[in-house]
Amino acid sequence: MLAYLFRRLLYVIPIALAVSAVCFSLVYLGPVDPLMAVLPPDASLELIEQLKAAYGFDKPIPVQFAKWVARAAQGDLGTSIATGRPVNSELARAISNTFVLAFFACTFGFTLGLALGFVAGYFNGTWIDKLVTSFAVAGVSVPHYWLGMVLVIIFSVFLNWLPATGMGTGGSGDWAWDWEHIRFVILPAVTLSVIPTAIITRTVRALVADILSREFVSALVAKGLSEAGVFWHVVKNAAPTALAVMGIQLGYLLGGSILVETVFTWPGTGFLLSIAIFQRDLPLLQGTILFLALFFVFLNLLVDVVQTLLDPRIRRT
Amino acid sequence: MHTLKLLAAFAAAVLAAAPPQASAQSVLRIGMTAADIPATTSQPDSGFEGNRFTGVTMFDGLTQWDLSSADKPSVVIPALAESWAIDAKDKTKWIFKLRKGAKFHDGTEVNADAIVFNFEKVLKKDAPHYDAKLVAQTTPRMPTVSGARKIDDSTVEVQTSEPDSFVPINLTNLFIASPSAWAKTKSWTEFAKNPVGSGPWKFVRLVPRERLELEKFTGYWDAKRVPKTDRVVLIPMPDASTRVNALLSGQLDWIEAAPSDAVAQLRSRGMQITSNPYPHTWPWQLSFVAGHPTADLKVRQAINLAIDRDAIVKLLGGYAAPAKGAVPPGHPWWGNPKFDIKYDPNQAKKLLAEAGYGPGKPLKIKVQISQSGSGQMLPLPMNELMQQQLKQVGVEVEFDVMVWESLFNSWRVGAKDPKSNGAHAINVSFATQDPFFAFARFYDSRMVAPRSVNWGHIQTPEFDKLVAAARSSFDGKERDAALGRLHAHAVEQAAFLFVVHDTGPRALSPRVTGFVQSKNWFQDLSPIVMK
Repeated sequence: MLAYLFRRLLYVIPIALAVSAVCFSLVYLGPVDPLMAVLPPDASLELIEQLKAAYGFDKPIPVQFAKWVARAAQGDLGTSIATGRPVNSELARAISNTFVLAFFACTFGFTLGLALGFVAGYFNGTWIDKLVTSFAVAGVSVPHYWLGMVLVIIFSVFLNWLPATGMGTGGSGDWAWDWEHIRFVILPAVTLSVIPTAIITRTVRALVADILSREFVSALVAKGLSEAGVFWHVVKNAAPTALAVMGIQLGYLLGGSILVETVFTWPGTGFLLSIAIFQRDLPLLQGTILFLALFFVFLNLLVDVVQTLLDPRIRRT
Repeated sequence: MHTLKLLAAFAAAVLAAAPPQASAQSVLRIGMTAADIPATTSQPDSGFEGNRFTGVTMFDGLTQWDLSSADKPSVVIPALAESWAIDAKDKTKWIFKLRKGAKFHDGTEVNADAIVFNFEKVLKKDAPHYDAKLVAQTTPRMPTVSGARKIDDSTVEVQTSEPDSFVPINLTNLFIASPSAWAKTKSWTEFAKNPVGSGPWKFVRLVPRERLELEKFTGYWDAKRVPKTDRVVLIPMPDASTRVNALLSGQLDWIEAAPSDAVAQLRSRGMQITSNPYPHTWPWQLSFVAGHPTADLKVRQAINLAIDRDAIVKLLGGYAAPAKGAVPPGHPWWGNPKFDIKYDPNQAKKLLAEAGYGPGKPLKIKVQISQSGSGQMLPLPMNELMQQQLKQVGVEVEFDVMVWESLFNSWRVGAKDPKSNGAHAINVSFATQDPFFAFARFYDSRMVAPRSVNWGHIQTPEFDKLVAAARSSFDGKERDAALGRLHAHAVEQAAFLFVVHDTGPRALSPRVTGFVQSKNWFQDLSPIVMK
């Protein structure tokens, strides 16, 4: 197991390098200058050349990349070209804001997904199963952006029950875990949770239906085990796979959603990434993408380890 | 029944937790189209929206735009400089007399040292406060300004590389920051976290990428422009639908660039829609390159006459004004051109026939356009409508569509460069409130790439003579008359296919009163009173 962990940790290095190189290349392969974040439209070619020298973009691309890698290896992701602020601090703030959103989306989505999945699996083949499945299919099919807008129109514009945008009347800096602030996260969290809820519902439904059809369950029932007892065995057997799916969905939620965060102007990693893309803010783009890539790598590793702990039959070598 | 009670209780809890009525402070909350707070370094980015919200609010220049009237063209008036004059013996020197008693928000005096400091931040390469990013945002807008020096505490000499009468207008773009505030950290990045200017609004708080809060500066040097609202909150909100919903739900009081398809809904909910033509024009910039069909005057005039501008205005829900030139009739720079730009397809066909085009030999032109972009309005539907209209007179238009930022790359390199893909025209909207922006950079033969954006390679002695005459007319009225002659020549030469001017629709909550939407890219928030 230790050897497995060590090997997986070693893989992080080439993955990080590859992701960074691809991101770096895409910005330069694109048609737009990486100085776009600071260039006004009327900047002349003369001025552009001066600025390139000032920002180090006059160096060959491999040299620029190597310098960035050397700094990133020491934890310095550079400064945003657009704002001059350190990428680390921009990212830290965005991550904490996305964490808040993901926490509520997970709480709502996972709870509902698990509950619906168990119910559908338990009553599989009945109208309850069909109803839940329809809900799940709709959940993965509905576009986030559209759903978010519809929820805002209903709950903010017409009913005026919940705010339409933002992370509080004073912004994220004033965030507190009280109703005054939590009401800002309800609509984006519900919007963001729809796809994970649907995926978890379908997965758990299939798992539960499969487990309930196995012989050992019939044996447990024949031995007189209570429904609660049988339920607990079903949970234990479904847990590893369900956990893997939930882990991936958690990663998806923590990675931020560009569309949802833009619709609700939620200042998380998705919103930050969309701004970095539009501004071609290379350090910010590199730093954010590197963080998200490494996050997914470590999350997958964590899920694998926890799966092994939960189910000793899964051996990692 | 139980469920209904639960729902009612939930709704009551939600409503009870709604924010209490605003305290004694009146607050104006504005949703901007920018994706981030424009730079608060004293030289804003994000184009003129940046100047509008983090420029003229917190800072003053030596000169400023008169934003007090909705009916008259906005002109340049004194700000931190009470007066200015060209040095009669050396027309590359301007003498600016500073206003006495103006103070920065930190209480320090606005004097000649402060003014010179701010020129150096963008012009003096070895100055510790020189900054490349500030240079990028500023020097393209004051291309001939080369330096400044103190004469005495209240007098500054501004130097130019060549005689240039546009300088007082150009200097509306140079905002004056407090040197003392910069000196605390010696970093513009740190200054931006707590900016200090002398404008009617002073900085309170910045939550990066989320909000900028300003409060009124009661010590402002112009007592008439001390704001009537206590606080302004600026929130970046790039998605148009999100801005509309935020206004309708009461989270905002003012949104920029209200989409025309939302206007009816906004009005039905009691919102005010304000609009006013301002110095913006949406054209095709035409190529004068030898061998291009647009190098022929008859072709250029013909395509101007082939466009039904009223139809384009209708497409935009009425939120545009038909263009007869870069500036509208009645503008001080109008000049009374003899070529009347209007919809006359018969005359267009006649001119095309005289140029050798007709059913047997249709004119084919290629135009570079963008999918979107600041000031570009609705580029795809507008261009497609023009394509159909031009087809009616026998002109076949092919589009080379690209992202907005790529269009700038083409704009900068010019029509002759391979990056322009053989285009005969390029669709880039621009501001016309500054004569360099409106005219000189397009018509001066020296302004071809790499220096500026004379994309069409207009290099004629007549245009050069007119630009030089405008630049060297230092009396305000004479300069305006010279600019009028330049503009008239440009219209007669159909240097552009002039289409429409934007009218900048904004949506305001009924609580906003006192707002005067001037004919300018910038607006004055001082007179606003929140009911």
